[in-house]
Amino acid sequence: MTDVTLDPAVRRRQSRNWLEKAGIGHILLAFFLLIYPAMASDFFLTQIGGYSLVLGMIALSLMLLAGYGGMVSLAQITVAGAAGYVVAIFGENNSGVYGFGWPWWIYGPLAIMIASLMSAVIGWIAVRTEGIYTIMITLAVATACFYFAQQNYALFNGFPGYNGLRAPDAFGLNWRDPVPFYYLCLANAVVAYVAVLYGARSTFGLTLQAVRDNQRRMRAIGFNVTAHKVFAWWLAGLIAGAAGILLVWFNGRISPGTIAVGPSINILVIAIIGGLRHPIGPFLGAVIVVLMQTFAIDIVGAERFNTLIGLVFLVIVFISPDGILGLWERFKPQEGRDSWRSFKKAPNTDGNQGRNA
Amino acid sequence: MNINRRTLLALALATGMSAPAFAVAQAESIKIGLLATFEGAFTVLGEDSERGALTAVDEFGGKVAGNDIEIVKGSSDASPDSAVRAARKLVEQDGVKVLIGPLSGDEGIAVKDYAKTQPDVTFLNGSSAAQDTTLRDPAENFFRFSTDGAQWMAGLGDYAFNEKGYQKVATVAEDYSFPYTQVFGFMAEFCKAGGTVPSKSWVPIGNKDYSSVIAAIPDDVDAIYVALGGADAVNFLSQYNDAGGQAPLIGGSITVDQTVLTAKGRMRDVLIGTPAAGPTADTNDAEAWTEFSAAYKKQDGAFPSPSLFAHAYYINMKAALLALDEVGGDLSDGGKKFREALSNLEFETPTGKVSLDENRNAIADMFLTEVSEADDGTLVNKLIKVTPQVNQTLGIPKDEFLALGAVSRENPSCP
Repeated sequence: MTDVTLDPAVRRRQSRNWLEKAGIGHILLAFFLLIYPAMASDFFLTQIGGYSLVLGMIALSLMLLAGYGGMVSLAQITVAGAAGYVVAIFGENNSGVYGFGWPWWIYGPLAIMIASLMSAVIGWIAVRTEGIYTIMITLAVATACFYFAQQNYALFNGFPGYNGLRAPDAFGLNWRDPVPFYYLCLANAVVAYVAVLYGARSTFGLTLQAVRDNQRRMRAIGFNVTAHKVFAWWLAGLIAGAAGILLVWFNGRISPGTIAVGPSINILVIAIIGGLRHPIGPFLGAVIVVLMQTFAIDIVGAERFNTLIGLVFLVIVFISPDGILGLWERFKPQEGRDSWRSFKKAPNTDGNQGRNA
Repeated sequence: MNINRRTLLALALATGMSAPAFAVAQAESIKIGLLATFEGAFTVLGEDSERGALTAVDEFGGKVAGNDIEIVKGSSDASPDSAVRAARKLVEQDGVKVLIGPLSGDEGIAVKDYAKTQPDVTFLNGSSAAQDTTLRDPAENFFRFSTDGAQWMAGLGDYAFNEKGYQKVATVAEDYSFPYTQVFGFMAEFCKAGGTVPSKSWVPIGNKDYSSVIAAIPDDVDAIYVALGGADAVNFLSQYNDAGGQAPLIGGSITVDQTVLTAKGRMRDVLIGTPAAGPTADTNDAEAWTEFSAAYKKQDGAFPSPSLFAHAYYINMKAALLALDEVGGDLSDGGKKFREALSNLEFETPTGKVSLDENRNAIADMFLTEVSEADDGTLVNKLIKVTPQVNQTLGIPKDEFLALGAVSRENPSCP
């Protein structure tokens, strides 16, 4: 994990640039997200806003693995679900099974910890493989977890899962009320987003991208490739775990349906639709997917709305294999090019910072 | 070109954003939410339930108390999460004050929990038939004019023991709340009559390979009680037949419906003579039923005979419309008057009189049937007996009934 590429002068220039770049795009976005509750109804605040942020975070954990590590995982919703089940078992539920009633500041960190460890274990299994085999093995893990949760009554309460999970009342607020819940999701999403953005330019992030680009060479140089990858899985698990807690507070329940194969594919779709090259992609994808899944039924009626959703996704991927980010890349005004994808020109300067694309 | 594409993109986005506005635009009509499974494994059942609900709307000429009825549809995939999400959208975004649905067992329990957070909205069940939707911890604003899965079994346990002479029965059922409720309803009577159930097998929904289940069924049972639905039932029955199984069958309410009876394969011989019970019967020749059946068949894509899902949605929709009519379409007081009217509602349905108990669960007639071969060679459920006015506690006093415990894999038990 040594800094082999960046001399201090380059780094200073980078950070100054970054500050300038963080400018317009991010500030406008942050401003919009902060005042969003003022213009949105409760429904748009939680069901669209909060839900998109939660799904966006889960997809962000996938983007971290796929975009920087080259490992496409279908088990991210499983990791989020693990955190959700921890909340159900150690927090309060009204299904009459477990529900130890621990306070949120204990079960919250515990849930994230268990989820991240589980992610690391899945990663440890999956890093032995590459490419499509990683997808297969994570799909296998996700499916196995789904069936196990569905048929195990001792721990997971089987098909019905856990009902009546409530977000805590803390600091004088009920965190499931629309506005607090939205800001809670937003705060978590921003932390995760900034962490990924920053992490991608850290020594570890650069190493991970180097491993993605040429694993054999990195190993030859003396990097412990497996350890780096597993650590990336653990980090992704932190994000997915936090999102998992928000997800069960949002739904008020968790059942095997939450971690089934459908939802796990959904996360992949969100990440692909949004674009895997920048951490903002998963959130854009989540907004599009949630809007489509909520309102497509109003546009074409109950019989064919899934066809419409599928067609829209197909069109997006057809026009731009890079998802929404790719579209933006193509249509955005020429000036300000650097504000969104700061590492776009990185290959010219540092060689190992961005994708080879 | 560049500009054109960008405009197009903006236009597409704008369409997506403004779509919800269309639904809000028409203010004068009465909006009723219809929540059913329009996606996933139960799509066919969801579509049929919509036909049932629309049959009731058509019966009222699309108007109630002088206002147009506007149906806003929501779709779930039979998972509780998706049902709650769809219900939230209908209530919080589309602003429906009356919601009919959902279709499947655990969905009903989840929507009931959600109903508690929306006291001004009135929820009527679709066809979901889990017991605890209304029995334990009910919601003040959740009504079920269709009955639950234990009620549907009325008469079957007695018939199996006394008429068919089965002493020992093994059960095979799917592993979620609706089949638990069905098994409970069957065993309540069967065990009381003196029968025993030495083995219960629970299989996941969508199971394909039943060989281990079939192998686990004891050899000395007199019959097998099967509460599986759709493709699961077909898979089990054909594999049981192939494995050389000889024991006669007893059916749950959705085990031997038309989707199974019309399936191809060598299950015919196994199926003939299978008794079952449920809220409807194919060969019911009561006038009210034949009229309902004829009205139902005017809907697009209708089955030869209304399924019990169409029947349940029809009854709940009709109850909503009758009560709306009674209050003159007035929901301005948060639906209080409307719910009052619903609680006191008693009306004649195609399957006899329906009224509510104090938990807002229906008391209705149940039908005992037996699979038999019609003159044209098709298999139909022949009506054997009607059990009149079955209540949710199956005639047992309520506190005694509650003492039996919540339905689950282990409860009830009489090995």
